[in-house]
Amino acid sequence: MRLLTHNMLASNVRGATTGYPLKLEAAKWVTKEVELNADFLRGLLPKIDWRALVAATRALGLPELLPEEQPPEEEIFAEGAANVEGSAIRRIHHALLEIHVQEGSLVCPDTSRCFPIDKGIPNMMLHEDEV
Amino acid sequence: MKLKQLEGLLGGLTQFPAPKVELEQYPTGPHIASRMLYTAENSFDDITGKVVADFGCGCGTLAVASTLLDAEHVIGIDIDPQSLELAQENSADLELDIDLIWSDIKCLNLKGFLVHTVVMNPPFGTRKKGADMEFLSMGLKVRMVASQAVYSLHKTSTREHIKKAALRDFGAVSAEVLCELRYDLPQSYKFHKKREVDIAVDLWRFVPKARRSS
Repeated sequence: MRLLTHNMLASNVRGATTGYPLKLEAAKWVTKEVELNADFLRGLLPKIDWRALVAATRALGLPELLPEEQPPEEEIFAEGAANVEGSAIRRIHHALLEIHVQEGSLVCPDTSRCFPIDKGIPNMMLHEDEV
Repeated sequence: MKLKQLEGLLGGLTQFPAPKVELEQYPTGPHIASRMLYTAENSFDDITGKVVADFGCGCGTLAVASTLLDAEHVIGIDIDPQSLELAQENSADLELDIDLIWSDIKCLNLKGFLVHTVVMNPPFGTRKKGADMEFLSMGLKVRMVASQAVYSLHKTSTREHIKKAALRDFGAVSAEVLCELRYDLPQSYKFHKKREVDIAVDLWRFVPKARRSS
């Protein structure tokens, strides 16, 4: 599970109001490089929940990866920024698409129901009495 | 990527070794899957550079096809853990990355309209009545997922019903049959008496209702 998926995933367990964002507790993760697509990120970013993304990176022990507040779009998408090591756009790309959480869990913020992540797959199955 | 090349790669995927009748795990054949995704991309620009979700992904055929056509991020969702394992193997064999979620489609909660396109080959609802409509409604509901389009396969015999439900009950802006395909079901289950069951299915493209402020 990458953090882009985490950014849209919510809990639907009975008793949850929004079920979002799920608190990430990651035991194990890996990174895999993928090509950066600035146009894709430009369309995506306005829909990303920045706070949830930052919280997820911090949960992975990466406090320096993203700042608390989202940098202005002019800065993120400045000409040539994608080619600059450590630029905001490269960090956002890395956070959303290059980190794969392998083992850990997702915790519903309203009910504390824990959804385990096993071999990269979050188990969002609910028991009958939780629907 | 050419259509034939896509079909060839999908033909190499491992299918359900023991299909589960209650889940109607008919494999999406390489012929149908390649045409479905190829049309979505080449006629509508709905795949390349997009976020794509495969509802009821099974062994991952449509998710793999989306990734092969350069979708930027692909998510496969299924209720059956063995299918997800198979989907993971299939994508790993082709060195593709697909995010998988173990969930019942009707309990899935995806926020923020981050998904552009939903693709699915839902159960036809022949074993569990209404299963086809359950999938479709989840793809189209306003609170749900796709911001751009939903592609789905349904029996041609249900065409009028699907159209009415999509437009009237699920709030789709448009519901269009793109083509009729032949679905060759190999003899997956014992209750299929003939060796092959050839049924007509429609490839649908739905446009979900535009997002209200969320």
